[in-house]
Amino acid sequence: MTPLLLSHYTATSAVGCGLEKTLAALHNGTSGLALCDFDTVDIETFVGAVAGVEEEAIRHDLRDYHCRNNQLAQLGLRQDNFSAAVEAAIARLGRDRIGVFLGTSTSGILQAELAYRHRDSTGQLPADFIYATTQNCSSVSDFVRHYFSITGPAMVISTACSSSAKVFGSAYRMIESGMIDAAIVGGVDSLCLTTLYGFNSLGLVSAEPCRPFDVDRSGISIGEAAAFLLLERAPAEPASDDIMLLGFGESSDAYHMSSPHPEGLGASKAMEMALASACLAAADIDYINLHGTATPSNDAAEGAATRRVFGSSVPASSTKGITGHTLGAAGGLEAVIAALAIAHNFMPGGVSEMQLDPAIEIDYLTRNREQPLTRVASNSFGFGGTNCSLVLGRA
Amino acid sequence: MQKLLAYIEGIGAIGPGINNWKEGQAVLCGDVEYHPQKTVYPAVSALPPTERRRTGKVVKLALSVGLEAVADAGQTANDLPAIFASSGGDTYNCHAIFETLASDDRSISPTRFHNSVANAPAGYWGIATGSMAPSTVVCDFDASFGAGLLESLAQVAVDNRRCVYISYDIDYPEPLNSARTISDGFGVGFVLAPQQSASSLYALELTLTQEKASSCTSQILEALRLGSPAARVLPMLQVVAGNETARVVLDYLDTSRISLTLTPCR
Repeated sequence: MTPLLLSHYTATSAVGCGLEKTLAALHNGTSGLALCDFDTVDIETFVGAVAGVEEEAIRHDLRDYHCRNNQLAQLGLRQDNFSAAVEAAIARLGRDRIGVFLGTSTSGILQAELAYRHRDSTGQLPADFIYATTQNCSSVSDFVRHYFSITGPAMVISTACSSSAKVFGSAYRMIESGMIDAAIVGGVDSLCLTTLYGFNSLGLVSAEPCRPFDVDRSGISIGEAAAFLLLERAPAEPASDDIMLLGFGESSDAYHMSSPHPEGLGASKAMEMALASACLAAADIDYINLHGTATPSNDAAEGAATRRVFGSSVPASSTKGITGHTLGAAGGLEAVIAALAIAHNFMPGGVSEMQLDPAIEIDYLTRNREQPLTRVASNSFGFGGTNCSLVLGRA
Repeated sequence: MQKLLAYIEGIGAIGPGINNWKEGQAVLCGDVEYHPQKTVYPAVSALPPTERRRTGKVVKLALSVGLEAVADAGQTANDLPAIFASSGGDTYNCHAIFETLASDDRSISPTRFHNSVANAPAGYWGIATGSMAPSTVVCDFDASFGAGLLESLAQVAVDNRRCVYISYDIDYPEPLNSARTISDGFGVGFVLAPQQSASSLYALELTLTQEKASSCTSQILEALRLGSPAARVLPMLQVVAGNETARVVLDYLDTSRISLTLTPCR
């Protein structure tokens, strides 16, 4: 593919709002996970909740969009001068030449969950429940589009936990085809009962902070995040510190609705396609940010797939012990983490003392490694067997 | 103005009183009088029985129109990237989960949960067809059909590869129906190709426009178009059904619409 410039990016997750706090948590191995006290949830688990989401007041002209997911989106947009970068791009390119492509799995579904608790005696939902701008999956892309008064193409991709990785492919095609010149991509997913009780029903939620690739890993810790990146055509002569989207690969497992293919066949296909799209070989990758959810089956399948594509000598780790599994926002959040790793010359390692699973033969980092790196691969896989890998790096 | 081009090679359709594209074509070109009846959702025989039992209306609708389009194009599904577009996904499953979560016992069944993801039809599509090709799922409220078409044409043009595009929506049960009314199930599938070939049915040229969306030629079809996000395709299908050359404007966002120039290939 023709590389695209990541001209600006930001992330907000359980470890804090903005890049500085994200970077500090990655450097120090600080986890944002805490015992779950979200809403009325009675599951024994840890979650990565973002502080300040509930206090975030949705801009008055957009008040119909009020829900946790859009509050988190707005909190995210206000960090790292991201909004100023978008306004500058609008001034340079035009409102109709910028697209919005965001990933989410549940969007503002919490608003409907709460509305169902407040049904009246005839079973009707409360009058202040606004479906279109809250519960509907696309409310977050619609919110961001209206936040900036952008008039280019806008949509949500909702493919569970690969959602906000796949938006990079959609944005790339829309830019490459000439329909637009730049795109806001990323993901926003927020805590809700559907995912907490849903993953719990599958026995995939851990009672302790998640431990990806640990021999005793026992499931995921659900988190929430908002990650935004501004993608543009790369300059003819990129600056030495420019970071680019170099490649992406997508595949399907065609295997099972809620379990990955045991040997990770779909996953390795996505990684191979991402390398091919970037015109790179496995040896060109310095670090892999794994999907690494800490479920027994994901990490085993992803480990097998990663070993098949990259061998066992490319350093790899999952950062979900730090941020939790932010589901539809994970691809976007981890693309930002990949960019931070490249910009700050380090590979983030594990978060706590761990006993690596000896059955998974990859070079899993348990400690940070300070080292210049130029290319990073990032994996995102989801329910229904949907896989996406990205390659980011210097030009 | 920037354009996207593609060739339609196959079509599938299901809606109220329309059980396949052939029936839809007859209604849309005026050969047969339209008598809407409740949408019928066929069982998907391509799915293994265990999976088939777990599927609701939305998966049956999406897979049926997709498989019909692929068969109509004379293609096999297992090497076609698939693009799915829907506003609401599995609305009945969604309602059942909300009811459970609002009750004293919040235990959701695992099947309900995995069916709740917007990409459930894409997952079942992979299982039914064995396709490991990429699939994606687009959601854009009333703009869902347009957003999926734009995504599909961009994939065809940039990846220079055929794809199957499937757009579908079903009604909501109460109480959500009062907050978001979708009249009845409607789904449409297309196989789209980057080059003209012997199997090309129609050439499509897409641009974005500020114009108002085209209406359907009869009141009853116009009600269907406005009643379901997926049925926003109808002005395009009416042209294709009549084998006409025409330009239509399809509904999309509040700030832009999709202009399609349609030219028959045979």
